[in-house]
Amino acid sequence: MSAPDRVVAPPAGGIGDSPARPDGMLKVTGQFAYGSDLWMDGMLWGATLRSPYPSARIKSVSIGAALATAGVHAILTCDDVPGANRYGLEHADQPVLAEAVVRYQGEPVAVVAADHPEIARQAASKIAVGYEVLEPVTDATDAMRPDSPHVQPGGNLVRHLKLRKGLADPAAAVVVAGDYRVGMQDQAFLGPEAGLAVPDGDGGIDLYVATQWLHVDQRQVCAALGLPPEKVRLTLAGVGGAFGGREDLSMHVHACLLALHTGKPVKMSYNREESFFGHVHRHPATMHYEHGAAPGGRLVYVKARIVLDGGAYASSTSAVVGNAGTMGVGPYVVPNVHVDAYGLYTNNPPCGAMRGFGSVQAAFGYEAQMDKLAAALGMDPVELRCMNGMSLGARAPTGQLIDSTAPVAELLRLVQRRPLPRQPEHRAQSELLDLPGGAANTTHGEGVKRGVGYAVAYKNVGFSEGFDDYSVARIRLDVSGGEPTATVHTAAAEVGQGLVTIEQQICRTELAVKHVVTSPKDTSVGSGGSTSASRQTYVTGGAVQAACHRVRDRLFALAEERLGRTVADLRLADGHVVSASEDTVISIADLLGRQVIEETVEWRHRPTYPVDPETGQGFAHVQYAFAAHRAVVDVDTALGLVKVVELACAQDVGKALNPDAVLGQIHGGSAQGLGLAIMEEIQVADGLIRNPSFTDYLIPTILDVPPMPVDVLEYPDPHAPYGVRGVGEPPTISSGPAIAAAIRAATGLDLSRLPIRPEHLTGTG
Amino acid sequence: MRVTATVNGQVTHADDVWEGESLLYVLRERLGLPGSKNACEQGECGSCTVYLDGVPVCACLVAAGQAAGRNVVTVEGLASGDDLHPVQQAFLRTGAVQCGFCTPGLIVAAHDLLSRISRPSDLQIREALAGNLCRCTGYEAILAAVRLAARQMSGESE
Repeated sequence: MSAPDRVVAPPAGGIGDSPARPDGMLKVTGQFAYGSDLWMDGMLWGATLRSPYPSARIKSVSIGAALATAGVHAILTCDDVPGANRYGLEHADQPVLAEAVVRYQGEPVAVVAADHPEIARQAASKIAVGYEVLEPVTDATDAMRPDSPHVQPGGNLVRHLKLRKGLADPAAAVVVAGDYRVGMQDQAFLGPEAGLAVPDGDGGIDLYVATQWLHVDQRQVCAALGLPPEKVRLTLAGVGGAFGGREDLSMHVHACLLALHTGKPVKMSYNREESFFGHVHRHPATMHYEHGAAPGGRLVYVKARIVLDGGAYASSTSAVVGNAGTMGVGPYVVPNVHVDAYGLYTNNPPCGAMRGFGSVQAAFGYEAQMDKLAAALGMDPVELRCMNGMSLGARAPTGQLIDSTAPVAELLRLVQRRPLPRQPEHRAQSELLDLPGGAANTTHGEGVKRGVGYAVAYKNVGFSEGFDDYSVARIRLDVSGGEPTATVHTAAAEVGQGLVTIEQQICRTELAVKHVVTSPKDTSVGSGGSTSASRQTYVTGGAVQAACHRVRDRLFALAEERLGRTVADLRLADGHVVSASEDTVISIADLLGRQVIEETVEWRHRPTYPVDPETGQGFAHVQYAFAAHRAVVDVDTALGLVKVVELACAQDVGKALNPDAVLGQIHGGSAQGLGLAIMEEIQVADGLIRNPSFTDYLIPTILDVPPMPVDVLEYPDPHAPYGVRGVGEPPTISSGPAIAAAIRAATGLDLSRLPIRPEHLTGTG
Repeated sequence: MRVTATVNGQVTHADDVWEGESLLYVLRERLGLPGSKNACEQGECGSCTVYLDGVPVCACLVAAGQAAGRNVVTVEGLASGDDLHPVQQAFLRTGAVQCGFCTPGLIVAAHDLLSRISRPSDLQIREALAGNLCRCTGYEAILAAVRLAARQMSGESE
């Protein structure tokens, strides 16, 4: 023991720093093992036969010719599902393999295992399925009618959320109304659905899979296989993006069935076309809004009706409806609110989670309305928003007190105050690429109009409405190579966002050690909850912090044992237990010797509660996160081409645990909102997807995404670990509405539908 | 059939190749080089970008037989031992890697750009990388990575 001889700096690579990703070296050298990279000696390849019809009865299934194909090891149908042939996130309504009916195009009917993926695909195509084709229900509003055919036995309504506040029939001096639609967006993660199922020879299975929540998968796989959790062990394979599209099962049960049946490892990896059928999408929405305001601009009331098309199976539609409804009027103080949000079953592709989760659709409606209201009032749209924006102490339309910072006005002012991008009178030849049409050279500036638009949005963080939303973290501390080393083990999925980095940063800060090892993410530790709802830094971060504190307390106890007395001001710094009052330093390595300290904590945020079924009132959401955008666009009004010139964002993140990762989330989220605004839509006609490829479903390229300057505010949320506020989703919510507003400003058109296509701008659509 | 090509400097054989297999499939499934990625397998996303005789191509669009006797360099062949190429280092430094599925293809494409143009403008970077989709980053950190790599490869201080 010796006296401290220097002031100890906070640990490098701790919170507030942006250290290298632990998986970064593997990713830049091509060594990182994604689900589709997994390989085992003697493994088979699985393929899926899917329904070509959105609604049909299955009259017969004949597998003989397919099974006789050389290289085919197994073909399985619904009769081969040993457990419950139903799964689902909120309602178990989806068959693992279709039984008597198919309810959407792409519904799995049979699965094949073969020596080569092409043999498996060809064999699948030889399975003869006799269908009696039925008329599909393809419009969510039609599905609400009493005389509509039922897509599911219990009827077509998944959920109706009613939000009622204040007067039933309020009146206002200035009233604007509008109808809005949002198309079906795809998550378009680049890494396909993929995994490897390995039978253990004892009736159990190990599944390596790219997912967002190992334990919710495990629960559903167990039910379908009829096996207990100890027989179904899941390990996270490398995840190539998720954005909500990996919350539901895809190939999980199929690969396990084939592996258990054949006794061999089975790999399944979707190609891009199959991926469009293999996961849920963002709900298309049809919305009607009416806003009333006093002459000075104060909102008096908002009425809204939001209809979300859930497709053939429920997935997370109930929760999406909850979000769209409870946050349906936006981050504004409104005394009188009347919102009805509906989620419906149809025979369209199933819809569920995508980044923004119900708030994206509503924001397009309420932000268009705010601009319309500003025009009717003769007010500046930013002023109108600032006047009505939520702030600390406000009441949400659910009656919930906004009990941490809600800087709506400040965020808007930040993007508003940024200098506008240059608008050249004449452009050099090299600058023509910056115009709408880009390299196609369709204009030299003639017919091009510039517009500027604003939007602000908010989003709940974490799971809501009473969900028991927890994460488990296990921290082990030992001495390795003479250095104290922490090992962090959670089952929380790393999908690209950087949770593995955050977990290590928290350990470095809390335990004052340099070396932190991340254990593989698997089900041998308790649930990490879902990597969604912008919740992992908050909830799993909270669990890691709490487990570190337990480990730290045990270190202090060891130190006091060594010293033979209690010491009030022990703390950890730079690999040592230190006390200023005692002039004491003990190295953690000395203190531990060969001992290992391990602590596991199940951590919860404060509880939320279900909302009242008749009024929607209640403490529904644990935290709200806010972002604002300013979009600047150039529109070629002759051709209907849009170039987003700049997309500025301001967001309150509470505390940026990793500033680079925060920027990455804001940039990436903003770009996905841009995609929805001007290019991305799964085109569905008569229940059939018309564009299941990256040739026809366009996501933004580096030429489509403009410079995106960002202002980050850090107002700590006193209820959250380190004051963090979820980051991932808000930018996806406000960027699209801001771009739509900018295009309206450039063109003077109403533009009530996303995405905005060229024909909407030229009047030819 | 047997396909023989020089892959990352080594003469390499792949046996039992079915005629319909792509270069991407052979690299990933027969040669143990899964670094080139299979995001779309139709030439739209660029995540399988490799050099074929020094020219960047989408390996998913090259039939395996077309690569016979030719020189293939993948993302696995860019580092020198444990020393990352400056493009790889720059992607790590700027936060250009999130899920990383686009990263191998982007690194090959950026490597090619900087071998042709040592100090590209932002517009030149955007043009050169327009065939590589990224869904996570919004491309801002990727632009920063290419700028940084260009400065470092030109011997400039940061």
